[in-house]
Amino acid sequence: MSAPVQVRTPLEEAQLKGLKAGDLCEITGVLFTARDAAHKRFLEAIRKGEPLPVDLRGQILYYVGPTPAKAGQVIGSAGPTTAVRMDSYLETMLARTGLKATIGKGHRTRGAVEAMKRHGAVYFAALGGAGALLSKHIKKAEVVAYEDLGTEACRRLEVERFPVYCINDLAGNDFYRQSKAKWQTWKKPKAVEAAGEGLD
Amino acid sequence: MVSVKRASSTVSKRVKRVAKVTRTRRGASGPLRARRGTARGARAVRVPRRAAAGAEGARPNLRLVPAKLVADTVAALCKRMAVDLSPGYLDAMRRAVTEERSETGIVVLNTLLQNAELAKSEGLPTCQDTGVTIVHVKAGADVHIEGASLEEAVNAGVRRGYEEGYLRMSVVGDPLLQRVNTKTNTPAVMHYEVVPGDRIWIRVMEKGTGAENMSQLKMLTPAGGVEGVKDFVMKVVDEAGPNACPPLIVGVGIGGTFDQVGWLAKKAVMRVMGARNADPRYAALEEELRKMVNTIGSGPQGLGGVVTALEVRVEVAPCHIGALPVAVNLECHAHRVQEVTL
Repeated sequence: MSAPVQVRTPLEEAQLKGLKAGDLCEITGVLFTARDAAHKRFLEAIRKGEPLPVDLRGQILYYVGPTPAKAGQVIGSAGPTTAVRMDSYLETMLARTGLKATIGKGHRTRGAVEAMKRHGAVYFAALGGAGALLSKHIKKAEVVAYEDLGTEACRRLEVERFPVYCINDLAGNDFYRQSKAKWQTWKKPKAVEAAGEGLD
Repeated sequence: MVSVKRASSTVSKRVKRVAKVTRTRRGASGPLRARRGTARGARAVRVPRRAAAGAEGARPNLRLVPAKLVADTVAALCKRMAVDLSPGYLDAMRRAVTEERSETGIVVLNTLLQNAELAKSEGLPTCQDTGVTIVHVKAGADVHIEGASLEEAVNAGVRRGYEEGYLRMSVVGDPLLQRVNTKTNTPAVMHYEVVPGDRIWIRVMEKGTGAENMSQLKMLTPAGGVEGVKDFVMKVVDEAGPNACPPLIVGVGIGGTFDQVGWLAKKAVMRVMGARNADPRYAALEEELRKMVNTIGSGPQGLGGVVTALEVRVEVAPCHIGALPVAVNLECHAHRVQEVTL
């Protein structure tokens, strides 16, 4: 396996263009966090024409709700949550905030992948359920908005060599679909195939 | 109505009358182990309850368990399982490393094992989604919880366990109109069974929602048969892909009614690692389904491979002549289930 691609924030176009679906990457710099409830507030603010509490231009949004930090810890366990729940917000977020990448786990809908292609953004996946390990790459964490949401508050994280896989690159390639196809020996019946489309 | 009232007053009278009951204490053997008292001998002769309450000198077979002990026990389980995955589960993961053929899949499995080790050594939750708490209680008919209801005791334990363990509070009080976090992780989802005896068995699970969200239920018709069940299991695991955080534990409920079949699937997920269905025919189906879902290709974390599921488990129940309900409850690799008998 080749050495991880080093990614630094804020993201620049040249860097984004160099990423390919399937690349193991290590991110150093800043990540902003938001999941379901914070996204709802972002979208409300955008709808009302109010400024967002964070400047997301060229930034990466990490879909995470950490466990509380004990005394002396930067943050608790902090692995990714399922990204698809944020897909209905993604197009607006990309179009209106200048966001360039997201980190979560699991498939994005076809619509979300198309939106990323249009707005020049990529999608990374961190290892779901590896929250203890991932927390060790987070060197600083502070709540920057929506503190009342507790774990769902918007945080600013400083990370070092935070490991992720590039799932959807700028060309819209999908590492999940590619790797599943490679290992699939099951002949999917037509009926099942049709049902599977519903997810997208 | 009258008979109900009389029955309950009989119970309360009986509780008061009990002079020498078995009490569960925090003994030298640790907080989770109950100490048995003298009442065991009394079990040899079972006196009907009404007669017991009324007869001079007769002692009913009632055991009192303090609500605080139930709460302490649940709190301890919640804290422990979040950071310390069971040895049986870790063995299954190590076996998976030897079975996996995808290079990325092997890296992922080893990373998850490393994560489990780090979580245990640092007391950090293995996964930040410390779940909704599911509590399955089998309470002996001869047990009385003293000081609070069983439900109150369990919820007090969950609240305390999540606070003291620095676990994530992941429950909103209202699902639709006002999604506000209860900040206690309560209420727990509870399932009760009353069983013979004077023991209380409590199994607790911290269920993450990534896999829960990818679970499905279908009312098949009897014509669908075994093939229909297999197709449905394949469909669910296929659609779940990476979202459910494989390698999975797949719980399959078959039979019962709409409400019952979901619980059957959950009970399957909550089983001890490696435990097979007692009926060899269903045990064989479990193994066949495991091999089948591992041809889907999702692999560890959906990054490709041959270990999509560690185990497939089947639970069945009798059902209507016109029904064949099937539920598939998915469980991620952060499998947190522990139990205790008081």
